[in-house]
Amino acid sequence: MKRHLVSTADLGRDDALLILDTAEELSQFSGRAVKKLPTLRGRTVVNLFFEDSTRTKTSFEVAEKRLSADVINFSAKGSSVSKGESLKDTALTLQAMGADAVVIRHHASGAPARLAGSDWLHGSVINAGDGTHEHPTQALLDAFTLRRHLNPGPGHDLAGRRVAIVGDVLHSRVARSNVHLLTTLGAEVVFVAPPTLLPIGIETWPCRVSYDLDSVLPEVDAVMMLRVQRERMNAAFFPTEREYSRRYGLDGTRLAKLPEHAVVMHPGPMVRGMEITAEVADSPRCTVVEQVANGVSVRMAVLYLLLGGAVFADGHADAPRTELQEAAQ
Amino acid sequence: MTTPSSPPRAPHQVLDATDIARVVTRIAHEIVERAKGAEDVVLLGIHTRGVHLARRLRAKLAQITGRDIPFGTLDITMYRDDLRLKPARALEHTEIPAEGIDGKLVILVDDVLFSGRTIRAALDALNDIGRPRAVRLAVLVDRGHRELPIRADYVGKNLPTSLREAVQVRLSESDGLDAVLLGDRDYAARSSQALAADPELPE
Amino acid sequence: MTTYLIRNAQILGGAPQDIHIVDGVFAAIGEDLDVQADIDIDAHGLVALPGLVDLHTHLREPGREDAETVLTGTRAAAMGGYTAVHAMANTFPVADSAGVVEQVWRLGRESGYCDVQPVGAVTVGLEGKQLAELGAMHDSAAGVRVFSDDGKCVDDAVIMRRALEYVKAFDGVIAQHAQEPRLTAGAQMNEGRVSGELGLGGWPAVAEESIIARDVLLAAHVGSRVHICHLSTAGSVEIVRWAKAKGWDVTAEVTPHHLLLTDELVRSYDPVYKVNPPLRTAADVEALRQALADGTIDAVATDHAPHPAEDKDCEWAAAAMGMVGLETALSVVQQTMVDTGLLNWEGVADRMSHRPARIGRLAGHGRPVSVGEPANLVLFDPAYRGVVNPDTFATRSRNSPYRGMDLPGRVHATFLRGEATVLAGELVER
Ligand SMILES: [Zn+2]
Repeated sequence: MKRHLVSTADLGRDDALLILDTAEELSQFSGRAVKKLPTLRGRTVVNLFFEDSTRTKTSFEVAEKRLSADVINFSAKGSSVSKGESLKDTALTLQAMGADAVVIRHHASGAPARLAGSDWLHGSVINAGDGTHEHPTQALLDAFTLRRHLNPGPGHDLAGRRVAIVGDVLHSRVARSNVHLLTTLGAEVVFVAPPTLLPIGIETWPCRVSYDLDSVLPEVDAVMMLRVQRERMNAAFFPTEREYSRRYGLDGTRLAKLPEHAVVMHPGPMVRGMEITAEVADSPRCTVVEQVANGVSVRMAVLYLLLGGAVFADGHADAPRTELQEAAQ
Repeated sequence: MTTPSSPPRAPHQVLDATDIARVVTRIAHEIVERAKGAEDVVLLGIHTRGVHLARRLRAKLAQITGRDIPFGTLDITMYRDDLRLKPARALEHTEIPAEGIDGKLVILVDDVLFSGRTIRAALDALNDIGRPRAVRLAVLVDRGHRELPIRADYVGKNLPTSLREAVQVRLSESDGLDAVLLGDRDYAARSSQALAADPELPE
Repeated sequence: MTTYLIRNAQILGGAPQDIHIVDGVFAAIGEDLDVQADIDIDAHGLVALPGLVDLHTHLREPGREDAETVLTGTRAAAMGGYTAVHAMANTFPVADSAGVVEQVWRLGRESGYCDVQPVGAVTVGLEGKQLAELGAMHDSAAGVRVFSDDGKCVDDAVIMRRALEYVKAFDGVIAQHAQEPRLTAGAQMNEGRVSGELGLGGWPAVAEESIIARDVLLAAHVGSRVHICHLSTAGSVEIVRWAKAKGWDVTAEVTPHHLLLTDELVRSYDPVYKVNPPLRTAADVEALRQALADGTIDAVATDHAPHPAEDKDCEWAAAAMGMVGLETALSVVQQTMVDTGLLNWEGVADRMSHRPARIGRLAGHGRPVSVGEPANLVLFDPAYRGVVNPDTFATRSRNSPYRGMDLPGRVHATFLRGEATVLAGELVER
């Protein structure tokens, strides 16, 4: 039974569509003068960030506040908490505070899975990015954005759409979450990267792999550029920044090779001049800003559904209907 | 307290299609009468069956007044006070007429009025959307047992019930036929058909 | 000294025989022995094996007594059927001098549960830069013959060459922890399908295999013997098989956990499965079993690596590497090798007693169960079935990957030079 969101691999098609449809409805509310909803009044949501991430943290915080949750920010970066052993102690503290949900960002792959699988705390665990493992809400907002552009409408999936994910797949939690989710939604994923930046065993993933960006561009409905850290160069993943952007960067010329309707996505923060030129980043086909707005709606949907007792995949809601519920009707 | 050992009663019909049509017509006339020609009326149907009823009212009002009455839909899920008690569910579409509700006479439409909690949630939702001149409530059935100081302005039928009973409203738009049924809650709970026809017991 | 008469024990799995132990040696062996003893043991259904010898044990003392001490570690060893263990050098301070190895050796003698043969560090502080005083450690009371920087690889080819050559003077052996450090920087688990999916830093098989290949060639070149610690990949097996076919003096060990567990377990992110070398794939497990069966791999060695709870009760990346294994080794070997028909009990005695003792040049251990030999013996009940509960272990630590698993067999009794250290499945307090 999953009352957590640790990996998009745990989401079935119906779960994923429920989240996207809910987010679509909730996105309406962001257009109103009064954006706040009373839904999570009295619920405590903790943002537990062991790693800096202004964007993700802000997005979650906005989502939590729009749902009227009590928000506690627990920044573990740099404090004594950043040392490994204390994940457990931190969790016990949060449990004592009565956290109904913990949004966790951690530099170690698997830390959210560890929290969710432990008896250290009882609230829902929402993975806000763990090491080089997963970042499920990012994938959900990417899917949400893609659906709006490629197949809008409640209940719609991404069947038959083709998405290229380009760049440092090896170190990317966004790529891992996206390959599961997009595949679940019926899309075809093509990873494009130099062989050094693809994980061993990728041939078993539900995706295609290409080393040649130019040949892939004309046949995709969307291209998602992953951030490439310059420091990777020092570990010989690629020779120089210049060579990387020449072979795998998205510039105006390459943009022109995309089909008319195709969009350019980026999870941010962008490294302009590396994986994407300013010209492309600022073009109307680039959905970066839109993705940020969509992130809030998607995170609201996840929080609402998890705290409301929805159970993703292989399970059913915890509480059977009780006398109390009957009386409350 | 255990219930008596007699088997739960099968639901019986309290209103049929003709009754429902008559009731909708009557309420439409009452609205025109009391709201002075329904000049500034906005109809807001509460999901799911309130929306069907509001659509029917709107058609009836159009017949009577010759005008198109602004119409919208309201999903109150995010305003429920029982999130801890019932699993989260998919949201229905909330759609407010383009002209908004500020200064308007909003008539909320729902199928069954019971505890009043749904209407409480709807009023909260309205509060976040705008500032109507006044809010009225129209329901097909008022079954009593209010838990909040809320009453309906337009009632299709007052139906005295016991808490052990369940009211099931069926409308052709979602259920294939028009009917209001009254039966034992236990029966409704046991009958998978009844559940399939009405997964959420009214209100 | 207490005398024992063991009735109807199946020596190496053979026909039931009685074993009479007097004054630390096997005094008589045969059917229906007509002798008297202080203690009679009914060994009906039990297999008798020579006392087990572990080439690879981390006893943690000195320095990490919170994880294990020589006393708790040797009690665990006795419970596992061991009569001798090689204590690895990565203690605090490192066992890189005569003083430290003698201290460990003496603590072992005092414990009385199991002989402790210290392993000396190859390089000072395990830093891989300067040879430790190998000769002094050999000449000390501890009489060190096995040298290892285990936990770290002697990755400098020149240092490795010199060490291999140098220990020839006193018939020593270098036990290499084969892990190319550059290829394993930040590595968290076996590199393969699972690591890619989990986003955990990959630990490629080639990081182990390339070092083994280099070292067997070095050993051949300088005419030394080399021992490879905890072989974990099918490729490593191939290299060792090739080296042995050449007639080179290469030996190798495998751990029980690499005979049973695979990297699929890491999907739980439970650090109890975090170990060095990492758990590999099912194909590797199969290759290791075959190699142990055909003798390419000489010995089962536990790599018993106790860690306190807090070093495992955390996220994967922060967790310590290692598993306890002394008390489950024989059961795992029964399950993976005996019950599968790959090895009979004679083979088990060879891989867990004779050959490890031979590799460590350990006198008095790994001897046959025959009259006049030192009475180092384990009585093992292969019919026993039970669920592993590490909370009952004699080791100080609880980091067993087998918790909750059904494993066959149980040590019924262990004898160290004629004295019982374990009787009826319980430690004999002394
Ligand atoms: Zn080692």
